[in-house]
Amino acid sequence: MSQVRVLVGTKKGAFVLAADGKRENWQVSGPHFGGWEIYHLKGSPADPNRIYASQSSSWFGQIVQRSDDGGATWNPVNNKFAYEGTPGTHQWYDGTPHPWEFKRVWHFEPSLTDPDSVYAGIEDAALFQSKDGGISWTELSGLRGHGTGPEWQPGAGGMCLHTVILDPEDANRIYIAISAAGAFRSDDAGQSWKPINRGLYSKYIPNPTAEVGHCVHHIAMHPTRPGVLFMQKHWDVMRSDDAGDNWRDISGNLPTDFGFAIDVHPHESETLFVVPIKSDSEHYPPEGKLRVYRSRSGGEEWEPLTRGLPQENCYVNVLRDAMAIDRLDDCGVYFGTTGGQVYASTNSGDSWSPIVRDLPAVLSVEVQTIP
Amino acid sequence: MSNHKIRVELPQHLRTLAGLTGNNEIFVEVVGDATQRALLDALEARYPALRGTIREHGKLKRRAFLRFFACETDISHESPDAPLPEAVASGREVFLILGAIAGG
Repeated sequence: MSQVRVLVGTKKGAFVLAADGKRENWQVSGPHFGGWEIYHLKGSPADPNRIYASQSSSWFGQIVQRSDDGGATWNPVNNKFAYEGTPGTHQWYDGTPHPWEFKRVWHFEPSLTDPDSVYAGIEDAALFQSKDGGISWTELSGLRGHGTGPEWQPGAGGMCLHTVILDPEDANRIYIAISAAGAFRSDDAGQSWKPINRGLYSKYIPNPTAEVGHCVHHIAMHPTRPGVLFMQKHWDVMRSDDAGDNWRDISGNLPTDFGFAIDVHPHESETLFVVPIKSDSEHYPPEGKLRVYRSRSGGEEWEPLTRGLPQENCYVNVLRDAMAIDRLDDCGVYFGTTGGQVYASTNSGDSWSPIVRDLPAVLSVEVQTIP
Repeated sequence: MSNHKIRVELPQHLRTLAGLTGNNEIFVEVVGDATQRALLDALEARYPALRGTIREHGKLKRRAFLRFFACETDISHESPDAPLPEAVASGREVFLILGAIAGG
């Protein structure tokens, strides 16, 4: 029988939640790296036992952990992320030039085919790659160097490269997103990049339709239609049908189009999930009701999914990397909250139940489907 | 060239990261002049997982939320190439690496 393994990064450690394909009884292991912030963990699609974890703290900086046995044991690998050449400057919050400085890894994206190859999205925004399982890291500097880098500005959470998507049909195509610079695409395996933000409208920046400067919160892609992308922007849920060249608003009847997390059903390429959050100044669900919204029409028309979720006095947030979907036939949807709950649905979102309720604030959720 | 066996006490998180158990201090062998730089170089050579956690990569600057104490004195701002106190170099006193008591 298949297994699922949910990898949870929290403010105070990592947790691994494991179950068989029924997803009824869960084994919880952790905290791993107790007391440390775990921004993200992700397993290799090529070898599910290989997992990379980003461990950091304000005191001791960045650690990169690697497991070769599905999260049972871990070993630190190289934590040196040196920008290529002279890093130069980006814009600070007040618009003045500010030197590029490494702060932390926000996201690991393992290669689809090679467990030793993995991308790291970091703050201050840049993309790094390791081809030796984390023993060494090299910047793909064409991203920062493509021209608009000096114009990038941090979002409230820092200037982070938080999303990395690899095209399963074209090994040369990579998408990334940065808060608050926007989305970018490479068609030559990361050597050169171009902004893909046409159609985004951000009323809070001097030029609302600028080429860069948009606060993209997250992007999702369906693996069988890699040219179709879905985006949760600071405000607005967006869709592109041409690999990011053009975007259109699909927020439709959502109660608010602010939010962080977005994901796509693995078997239904027009079925999307978002978690609307009240506003950028009130990072909690509208009306104190935790609702996942599902669209089965590729956007515009959304239905609230509430069964099993708190519908009063709920004021948690769901962060950008804190939603994931397994690949089982009855697909499981998972998300974690800043209140420490990890909710699971084994019926595409129709109903939910918590796997765990009292973890530290959840920063990220990923799931591995193991045959 | 003189050898120094220097006693070092690490914060708990760094002990765990280095794979150390218990709460005891560790001994670090320094060959040549006993300076802060030589001590931290030797410490990182013995425990590579600590690289970048006490001093930032590159410039090897002390991380902002860490302090170095010896002989009941904060020596964080001493030059990294200044000799360590004789009591530390000789192993009578411990070189203490301390995390700022702040945050949640």
